This record gives sequence, structure tokens and C-alpha cells, in this order.
Amino acid sequence: MKVRARDTKQAWKEDFEGSPARDDGIETSTISGIPLQPLYTADDLPRRPEELPGQFPYTRGIHPSGYRGRLWTMRQFSGFATAEETNRRYKYLLANGQTGLSVAFDMPTLMGQDSDAPTSRGEIGHCGVAIDSLADMETLFDGIPLGDITTSMTINSPAAILLCMYIAVAEEQGVPASRLGGTLQNDILKEFIAQKEFIFPPAPSMRLVVDSIEYCAKEVPQWNTISISGYHIREAGSTAAQELAFTLADGMAYVDACLERGMRIDDFAPRLSFFFDAHIDFFEEIAKFRAARRIWARWMRERYGAQSERSWKLRFHTQTAGVSLTAQQPELNIARTAIEALAAVLGGTQSLHTNAMDEVLALPTDKSARIALRTQQLIAYESGVANTIDPLGGSYFIEALTDEMERQAEVYFKRIEDLGGVIPAIEASFFQKEIADSAFQYQRELDQKRRIMVGVNDFTVDDEVPIEILRIDPRLEAEQVARVREVRRKRDQARCSKALTGLRKAAAGSDNMMPYILEAVRAYATEGEIMKTMIEVFGTYTEQAVV
Amino acid sequence: MSPTAVRPVRIIVAKVGLDGHDRGVKVVARALRDAGYEVIYTGLRQTPEMVVDAALQEDAQVIGLSIHSGAHMTLFPAVVQELKRRKATDIVVFGGGIIPDDDIATLKKQGVEKLFTPGTPLQEIVDWLRQRFPAEPA
Repeated sequence: MKVRARDTKQAWKEDFEGSPARDDGIETSTISGIPLQPLYTADDLPRRPEELPGQFPYTRGIHPSGYRGRLWTMRQFSGFATAEETNRRYKYLLANGQTGLSVAFDMPTLMGQDSDAPTSRGEIGHCGVAIDSLADMETLFDGIPLGDITTSMTINSPAAILLCMYIAVAEEQGVPASRLGGTLQNDILKEFIAQKEFIFPPAPSMRLVVDSIEYCAKEVPQWNTISISGYHIREAGSTAAQELAFTLADGMAYVDACLERGMRIDDFAPRLSFFFDAHIDFFEEIAKFRAARRIWARWMRERYGAQSERSWKLRFHTQTAGVSLTAQQPELNIARTAIEALAAVLGGTQSLHTNAMDEVLALPTDKSARIALRTQQLIAYESGVANTIDPLGGSYFIEALTDEMERQAEVYFKRIEDLGGVIPAIEASFFQKEIADSAFQYQRELDQKRRIMVGVNDFTVDDEVPIEILRIDPRLEAEQVARVREVRRKRDQARCSKALTGLRKAAAGSDNMMPYILEAVRAYATEGEIMKTMIEVFGTYTEQAVV
Repeated sequence: MSPTAVRPVRIIVAKVGLDGHDRGVKVVARALRDAGYEVIYTGLRQTPEMVVDAALQEDAQVIGLSIHSGAHMTLFPAVVQELKRRKATDIVVFGGGIIPDDDIATLKKQGVEKLFTPGTPLQEIVDWLRQRFPAEPA
């Protein structure tokens, strides 16, 4: 029998249109609202020279060897209660095969205040570890050789202080700063835009960021001085394209600020790193990661004239999406996280945090934290996806979606530029409104069942069985308060006062503040005292609340 | 406007505590506004005293609290206590955020009337308010 070849594409189109369509009212656009075709073919493939991994513009990855050379770093964000308890968790995670540390601080630490401040009440040790002074940091890393591991610290307004504490602990272990590896989040712009943990106004905030970048370029050269973050922008409700655009715009704002300081681009750009969300819309996320690398490479080479290839390469950490997790049937979060983690890996992430199933309810238990880590190990060692470099490269759909992500980001860059740049756009509440609009629209779509969250607005059960969650012992609050007061009592008061006076002068002048902060830290000045000293010079920032 | 018209229910929505996660509070504020309520959003990092001050100044009947830092067991009851201290217990307090089931029971005993947890449809919050304030047009 002979089958005559039809005009295949046209025939498919007719067959498709002639087939019954699902009429469940559920959107077929991406979770960010990008309309999708039912099928992509060679006609959708962009016409451009073949791209290869390790080659400009790095769409297919920054390493020529992908994960064949080295797997991503499995870096679980962790911290709760006291430094002592968190130290135990770190040792547990390292013993279970985790390859890097990532510190979660509690709210008072993130907001630069000591545990005995009145507004710290009820917040101590709840969403991270409480760190008040170098003494707590010594406990946190007790028995963990800082010369052998890398550590990520998620902290922003007081970032410089925590980095100085880390440097001081390493000194005590006999490890010079030049050998330290890790990442400081230190991304104040996304705080103004999304996460809202700002303290100082934008200008002095940016000065502190540039001070730390400048200092590390000389003294801590292997340290990623900043982790320019889309994660919080996405979690606050943005679309994937907004996350991509706002994050890269922030990155360029930091580059501009460092250039204004007089630094040479290739002296600091290789140490800028990024941090993205991996949401549940699988292909959209992969496209986002690929587009991010391409855009950054082009801007760094073409607009900023960076010469070093290392400056062109966008390296990023990924965390699976906290907002995609559900309190309902929480075990399903294991499956969600696996899908999201797979997207991050197929997008070529350098490091990854997988959320635990109970993180929508509380901080993870030992058991749920281990399942989250095991999920990454399963992807790395069982699934086989790490064997081929950028396995989705050349996919009609992925390539078309990567281009669409890039196009949408460029539209936003233009709008931000028209507003005068990132800081004026923050002051005009541009990002904040864009994000709130997207968040509201998504919630509406959920309420109208045009989007489904399994277990929330469909496939629900009546007999939810509560899972075991981690509880923070309320007694620890009093203990931490006592600890910080003891540090203040026991330290060399003269040295501490002198250090804080020196810092105040530096803040009022134009010296790089890092050496002064380091001296204050070594003198056991508390985080709250150091912040207060800078607030006296810089003042604080209040945002205009927009709904 | 008819002479019997009553003014719409006025609601203070507030972020208490140190965290800056304002996605939920903003989405809820918009939904309540769209449902016809008068909504005043206080912004971030409000102490219990500030929230009650705002409620009294604005003559609000309802306070909606949002928190994601885990400090709800300290700060929600503190708002109720402050209302008692200021003799304003007629103001209804409800809340939302990452709040485990066990805590919900305790908070209700302490005077927080209703708690909404992640995944709550906006309409459910509106429906609860309509039921709680039936005399009011919305």
C-alpha cells in the first residue's frame, strides 16, 4: 500500500482544527500569560547561526561541558532558631551530601536590629537564625571549615555587616579572606521593588553595595559580591518576563553604579551573580533562564564593552517557587518542587535550592529538608538529564519561547529607561504597581478556575490530615536576648566605641566603609549598634504604599 | 442616594511584624475594594499600637492583619489587647498568612474572629464580611 504525502503542515492544521478541543475553560497561555500555539515547527525556529554551550551569547549554557564537567551545587537555604541549632542542621545537611551552605536569617537580623529591640518580640528565630554579633556567627560555623566550603548568605540592608562577620570568623579559623568562596545577596534594589526589607534610602543603600563590591574585588576576590535576585520579584507576584526584565535591569543599575565609582568593568562584573525563581510553568521557566544568559552577555559585551568572557557569563542560583506550594495536600509539593527543579536544571542553573513540602506552613523539619535535597540528587543521579548539555536546545518551542522572553524583557528595559532608570522607577512605584497588577490578575484567574492549583481550587479533599511541622521553642527568645546582652557586657567597651565612632565618620565622609564595619564587628559591636550608627548618618526610607 | 443609605464598611488592612511580604495583603485589599468596601492599607511594619491608632482615626469597623514571618502568635493577640486597652473591642479583627491550624484555634480564643490561610479564594473573604456585616450594602 502506498501512502501519498499530503502538504503535511496544512494537513496537520486541518486535522487539528477538525479534532474536538478540551472545553474546560482553562487557559492555554503560560502562567505568565504568554499565548502559546498548540504546536511549534521548524517555521518557528529563529534564523541565526548555531549556538553552542560555552560560547557567546551563552543561550545554551556558560560552560562548554555543561553538567558533564560539574553538577550544579545543591545548596539548601536553611536557618532557624539559634546559631547552635542551625549549626547542627548544617552538619546534618553536609553529612547527607549537600555541597554548599546557605544561611537564612531571622527577621530582626534581616532588618538590622538586635534580638532585644522591642520590635523583635515574637520574631526571633522564626524564619531563620538569629545573629546579633560575631559571637553568634562563631557558633553558627563552629566546626565547619570555611576554607573548604562555600556559603551563601541571604541578607540585604545589613549585608556588609554579615559579610564582615563571616570574614572575621574565617580569620579566627586561620582562613584568609582571599580564600573564601560564597555569595552575599546584597541586592538592595529588589528590596525596594519587591521584598521590602529596605532600611536606608536608595542612595546610601547603593553606596554600601558598591563599597562591598569594591572591597571584595581587592580583598575577597573569590566571593560573589551580589546575587541579583528575581526570586523575590516573582514571589511577590510578577510574571516570568517581569522577573527577567526587572532583575537584569537591576543588574545593569549596579554595573552603572560601579562604573560611576571609577571601577573597571572587568574587575567586578565576573563576580556579579544572579538568583531566579523556578515556577511551575515548566517550559516558560527554561526559556527564561536561557534568555537571561543571552541578554546579559549581549549587554555586557555590546553596551558596556566588557572584554573578559567572564564578565559576559550570567551565573545563577535557582530556588523552586515558594508561592507555587500549597497548604492543602502538602505532600503534592514534593511533586511540584521536582518539576520546578527539573526546569532549573534544564535551564542550566549553577546552584539550586529545592523547597521542602512543608515550607508553606513553617520552616522544614529534618525529614522534609532531606526529601527536598534527595529530589535534587534524584534529578542529578537517576534521571539522566545531566548527561546531555542543554538537551532542549533546538526545540522549536523552547527556542521560540526563549526569543519571546527576550523580546518582552527588551520592551521593559525601554520603559524603565524612559522613567529615568531603576531608582526613579522605584520612586514612581512603577515596579510595585506592575507586580501588584500581575499578582491580582493571577489570583482572579485562580478564583475563576481559569488556572488550576491542584488541591486548592480543584481536586480538593475534605479530610486534610495535618502534617508534622517544625515549631520554634518560645523559650529561645529569652535566651537569645540574654546572649546579646552578655556580649555587650563582656566586650572591650573602649575598642567597640572607638570602632563605632570611626564608622560614623566614614559613613559621613566618602571612604569605603567596609574596613570600618569589619573593625566594629571584630570589636563585638552588635548588628543593631552598627546599623544604628549608619542610620544616624543616612536616615531611613519609607515607601509609599500602593495597592 | 437614598436617605437610609448607610456608609460602606471601612476596613484597615495592615502588615504587622517585620516581614515585607505584601503580595497577599495587596491582593486582598484590591478584592475588598472591588467588592465595595472602603479599604485603607497602612503599609509595612506596623506595630499593634499603630494599627489601632489608624483604625480609630479612620473610624474603621474592621481590621485585617497580614503576616508571613511566624510572629502571628505574638502580634495578632497584641492588636486585640491594644483594642481592649483603648476600649474599642467593637472593632472586628481578622487575619491571614502562613498560620498553622493549631495556632488558628488559639488565636480565635484570643479574640481574632477569623483567619484565612494560603489558598483561600478572594470571594470567601468577601462572603465572610458580607455575612459579618449584613446590614451594610456592598
